Amino acid sequence: MSRTFVGMPPFPTAAREALGDTQLRHNLAHATGVIRDKRLRLVEEQGDLWEPLRLAGAAVKQRALDDLATHLERLEESLTAAGATVHWARDAEEACRVVASVARSHGVDEVVKVKSMATAEIELNEHLEREGIAAWETDLAELIVQLGEDLPSHILVPAIHRNRAEIREIFLRRMAVVGRPAPADLTDEPEVLAGAAREHLREKFLRAKVGVSGANFAVAETGTLVVVESEGNGRMCLTLPEVLVSVVGIEKVVPTFAELDPLMRLLPRSSTGERMNPYTSMWTGPSAPDGTADGPQEVHVVLVDNGRTRALADETGRQALRCIRCSACLNVCPVYERTGGHAYGSVYPGPIGAILNPLLTGTGVDEQTDSLPYASTLCGACFEACPVRIDIPEVLVHLRSKVVDGHRDDRPPKAEAVAMKAAGWAFADASRLGLVEKASGLSGRVLARLSRTTLPGGRPAAGRLPGPAAAWTGARDLPAPPAESFRAWWDRTDGGRSERGTSYDQQQGTSRPYDVPEES
Amino acid sequence: MTAHRSARDEILGRVRSALAGVEPTPEPVVAPRAVHDPPRSHAQVVDLFAERVADYRAAVDRVAPADLARHLASLFAATERVVVPSGLDGVLRAAVSHPVVDEELSAAELDTVDAVLTTACVGIAETGTIVLDHGPGQGRRALTLVPDRHVCVVHADQVVPDVPDAMARLATSVARGRPLTWVSGPSATSDIELTRVEGVHGPRVLHVVLVG
Repeated sequence: MSRTFVGMPPFPTAAREALGDTQLRHNLAHATGVIRDKRLRLVEEQGDLWEPLRLAGAAVKQRALDDLATHLERLEESLTAAGATVHWARDAEEACRVVASVARSHGVDEVVKVKSMATAEIELNEHLEREGIAAWETDLAELIVQLGEDLPSHILVPAIHRNRAEIREIFLRRMAVVGRPAPADLTDEPEVLAGAAREHLREKFLRAKVGVSGANFAVAETGTLVVVESEGNGRMCLTLPEVLVSVVGIEKVVPTFAELDPLMRLLPRSSTGERMNPYTSMWTGPSAPDGTADGPQEVHVVLVDNGRTRALADETGRQALRCIRCSACLNVCPVYERTGGHAYGSVYPGPIGAILNPLLTGTGVDEQTDSLPYASTLCGACFEACPVRIDIPEVLVHLRSKVVDGHRDDRPPKAEAVAMKAAGWAFADASRLGLVEKASGLSGRVLARLSRTTLPGGRPAAGRLPGPAAAWTGARDLPAPPAESFRAWWDRTDGGRSERGTSYDQQQGTSRPYDVPEES
Repeated sequence: MTAHRSARDEILGRVRSALAGVEPTPEPVVAPRAVHDPPRSHAQVVDLFAERVADYRAAVDRVAPADLARHLASLFAATERVVVPSGLDGVLRAAVSHPVVDEELSAAELDTVDAVLTTACVGIAETGTIVLDHGPGQGRRALTLVPDRHVCVVHADQVVPDVPDAMARLATSVARGRPLTWVSGPSATSDIELTRVEGVHGPRVLHVVLVG
């Protein structure tokens, strides 16, 4: 039985649990470190070309999105002319029903699958399972997740949280249950583990009647679908079965064949840190050039919305639909590197998941989704790494404001809303602010007396505070407020003029117009 | 108007209303290309191709046209079962002692052969990629997938500097409905601890014979 993300707790709860798993943190730090270095070397190799290439990649995807209806109609036309059957699906349920009905019409009880984020998003495997159809994942990492009855934790390498020893154990325990067993003398060498997957899956490839894939790109001009992969499992699923169903998000469209160019140069370097991935397949309907059949002769394409038009309607957020699922943003994210992907509660984890999930499902619907825009330090590393220049920090901030807006009428109001309202009241009037500052100075003197925590430099700080303030102070030291506010100091010293050694006039000509206390 | 709009009309309608007021860009985007000063000669481009293919731990042999047949013959042991596309050039075919000619072999039959010999359509120097458009000498897609060793003959004049040059050459094949397979080294995976391992489902050995 496969697992789903349904019922996952909000990010802070899930992240706390993940942080306690030292094996997970070790596996992630190692894997993301390896991939970051590889990517960086290749980006440097591109030199001054990389930035203009990113701009071109972003421009191609943005051009596709800006006139999406036209390009989709053209894609449908080209696909139909090439002999493919085009289906449209408003949501996950509708898309799953199309795939299931194609499979049923051929009387099969199994399909082989190319790794595909769209089919993971719509939970196709679980749907097919309920209809008595087994969906065999054939990508190595997806196979590890499926056999381990686990959840994916990375876009490119769903089993990134597993190390070689854990993978060996999963293969030994589970392969025999669903097909050819792993050899008894299986070691944990990656070559040996990959060899076991080759043997295990080959019989499934050779007998499969129906293949299911996603697509990295769909070219409107020609009706060509593109699958970018490494292992050859994709090629197996795309060529050996008699029937092929491809589930494609409507944002995957690229206007012309020539415009694949920057994307084909950006994607492999950004995702696996290679100049080019081992295999890319491009096919245009049931190909029969020169009258000879090559590959599946019945080809279906399911164009899926499932929240994409909701994201498209968000002026700030729509840029997220440029995403080409390279996962570079995950690998550079300091939050992802520590919590791993499960904490995000979705098949789309990491920085892109933190914006894509709320954009696809909407904010204010559930607590888990609303927690995602906060799963970031806003450090901006994701934007720097993104090959199609999605300004993830900008969208995160935008979504945070939407989450807050969604809770404006909450009864009783959130502690944060009360605090903000109080701050608004105080800042609106100088005499109110003066009163608040006096109170704060008093509390600062009390805290300085009572506090047992000091910050570097000797400033006293509050430890964990009770009540709603615990949410802030649980993970941070709150510096004790200064005994005297800046405004009170200014009044007392006439802007510093009556205080020797610190006045602006005396400091002129130096680079330090204010006094920095020396530390002893 | 029917009461239930089709999924197609509903999705396109949602797309249009989401994009109200957005101006489309009618002109295709042309991506920048690497500029080399001084410009690279074709010989340098071919050298780079050989180097970059080898980077993927693929075997690369450079042979003169006159030596091609002899060299190919030396690559296959007498006992090996080598499959060739039915459209393969006679000279190349003659280099294999007892070729299995692909006349719609089943996947299971292909699984019993040791190697496959084909030509290619384009070579991309910058990325070390060979592209097949599955024309006569290149066979259908399964042919270069199921056997464990792929020997691929690439001519120097098929090698282009970078991806945009390849896209321009491949446009005609795509317009004619041909599938494309881009191959960069042997089958590989980085799924275990993000460490690259050569050899999963596709050919575990890629042998490129560069002619000229």
